[in-house]
Amino acid sequence: MIDTAIPNQVFVRSQLVETLPAPKSEVGPLAWARANLFSGPINSLLTIIGFGLLAYILFALLDFLVLRAVWTGENREACLGPEVGACWPFIKAKFGQLVYGFYPVDERWRPNLVFLLGAILIVPLMVRTAPFKLANAVLFFVVYPVVAFFLLQGDVLGLPLVSTRIWGGILVTLVVAVVGIVASLPLGIVLALGRRSQLPIIRFASIAFIEFWRGVPLITVLFFATYMLPLFLPRGLEFNGLLRALVGVSLFAAAYMAEVVRGGLQAIPRGQYEGAMAVGLGYWRMMFLIILPQALKLVIPGIVNTFIGLFKDTTLVLIVSILDLLGQLRAAFADPNWATPVTEFTGYAFAGFFYFFFCYGMSRYSRYVERRLNTGHKR
Amino acid sequence: MKKFVALAFGAAVGISATAASAATLDDVKSRGELHCGVTTGLPGFSAPNDKGQWAGLDVDLCRALSAVIFGDANKVKYFPLSAKDRFPALQSGEIDVLSRNTTWTSSRDSSLGLNFASPNYFDGQGFLVRKDLNVSSAKELDGASVCTQTGTTTELNMADYFRSNNMKYEPVAFESNDAVVQAYDAGRCEVLTSDASQLYSLRLKLANSEDHVVLPEIISKEPLAPAVRHGDDQWFDLVKWTLYGMINAEELGVTQANLEEMKKSDNPDVKRLLGVDGNFGEQLGVSNDWVVRIVTAVGNYGESFERNVGTGSPLKIERGLNKLWTQGGLQYAMPVR
Repeated sequence: MIDTAIPNQVFVRSQLVETLPAPKSEVGPLAWARANLFSGPINSLLTIIGFGLLAYILFALLDFLVLRAVWTGENREACLGPEVGACWPFIKAKFGQLVYGFYPVDERWRPNLVFLLGAILIVPLMVRTAPFKLANAVLFFVVYPVVAFFLLQGDVLGLPLVSTRIWGGILVTLVVAVVGIVASLPLGIVLALGRRSQLPIIRFASIAFIEFWRGVPLITVLFFATYMLPLFLPRGLEFNGLLRALVGVSLFAAAYMAEVVRGGLQAIPRGQYEGAMAVGLGYWRMMFLIILPQALKLVIPGIVNTFIGLFKDTTLVLIVSILDLLGQLRAAFADPNWATPVTEFTGYAFAGFFYFFFCYGMSRYSRYVERRLNTGHKR
Repeated sequence: MKKFVALAFGAAVGISATAASAATLDDVKSRGELHCGVTTGLPGFSAPNDKGQWAGLDVDLCRALSAVIFGDANKVKYFPLSAKDRFPALQSGEIDVLSRNTTWTSSRDSSLGLNFASPNYFDGQGFLVRKDLNVSSAKELDGASVCTQTGTTTELNMADYFRSNNMKYEPVAFESNDAVVQAYDAGRCEVLTSDASQLYSLRLKLANSEDHVVLPEIISKEPLAPAVRHGDDQWFDLVKWTLYGMINAEELGVTQANLEEMKKSDNPDVKRLLGVDGNFGEQLGVSNDWVVRIVTAVGNYGESFERNVGTGSPLKIERGLNKLWTQGGLQYAMPVR
């Protein structure tokens, strides 16, 4: 008998070896930089060029907008000189006009109140945890527009009339953008449903509407609404100029919105429709409970894209002589008391900040909504 | 027979014109404010100032008109209009008068259905050069490089001018006016050409505007005039005579400062102008002190010119063609008689 007694030896470890930290070359900012920025000679070169350009542009901006800028002054004399940067006193002098247009100074508390009410109502609407969503939505979408309109226009409750003709600046930009955005989404959804309807008249009417509005440029729409319409209407029947532009912008945006929403509707598998019908839902309940919530979620990027495009398109109202922010800015450029080599750059920088703030804000919020509504369809 | 037909036709047209024309003056009076079309911003002609009020040479005409009608220069609602929508705005009745640096041309006068009152600014293409070039006349520009905007009549006018004067030049053309200014400021050309009124406002955008000068030659005709719709002769007359009132006041030496003394003047022309003698205002459908109201509101033509575009403004435009006819210019107003 061979002594094969197994010695009391352990060949398998009973505990795990302590994990070593990853090598320095694989983690940390240095490793990240190497993997993402300097992973080869071409990439390294591109990184260096890219950062160089960025630094150059940022420094040039900082230099012009802050370091060499003029901060105080009464007229163009302050901003003359060989090495002068941005002329901020120009913006300061024209700030009232850029925000309110020709809205009377004594009445400017009214647009201020409208801005404030809007902010108070929209913030809780956008924060998920805030309570009273339904009441809040009704207030914002139904009550607020009416209140805002009468507050701005006046002629009620002893408020003096301020005709929309003299509204301007950021006030008009926001009014056109918000009305366009708020009106175009529901209208677009209705049109998209109409275009996929089984009823031929509704379908053809929707197709005709969408194709007509997408087929003409916004400038033509605005121009037609403002100057051609009065020639056809009976004398004395006069619509407000801003209202005409608002209707034009809303219908135009709605046509684009309809196509975005239709894209979402078409992405929903047939089974969802059949499933909804199988549990006995009618058309409207099927759409509002099953199809639209999924379809709209899919096309959030497209919807926000349309919103951002619309926000920037509002500057086209300039063509029908409604002075939005850009229009007021250009009018301000024409003041000979402020004509200097840097005035226009300063003005456009200001407008650029404004548009960037709103467009980037919308973009970020849409990313947040997308993430929140993401229920596992992420591809 | 021919005469009779012509007469009958004329009468018919006359009747239909009266029937078709809503009396603009009555509309304005019942509305309580004048609707005046201006630019969306042109330095010295119409631009909002820091207080948000419209100011400029074109704006002054509207203020004067408002003063004549209401005795108050501020009863004007300004309609800032782009170049595209200025004529539809007038034709559709949205505005009563278009005072928006509009060139008076035959096609606009006829087929667009406009009536131009009288030029309130004789504009035309001119040349801007650096002072250190030591040039005092456009005739000395032989061989110069000239910056201009492409695809405009400016380019053609310049070609004609240099050819007819047997001079050579080198055109440097750009798409936008801003690009033209920057190229000129950067020294890519020695001369900048555009309409004279524009040259003065472009000059303000140059790094050292004092170092540049506009040459005296004007090589094209751009008479800028206020316009009204066809079909309301009374209104047309009133706009026309408001401008004539301003020019006549300058010619007769009536200023904002000496207005009260001038009312006591023995000069029969002054007496008629200021409504001391005669009822010339009533004939126009307004009160007899119409010129007094104009001068109180905006001053005479010269005062308005100097304040808005001349020595009293940063633009410092020379009177040039806009001097009175008695001083070698073209501004000539029909007499009040």
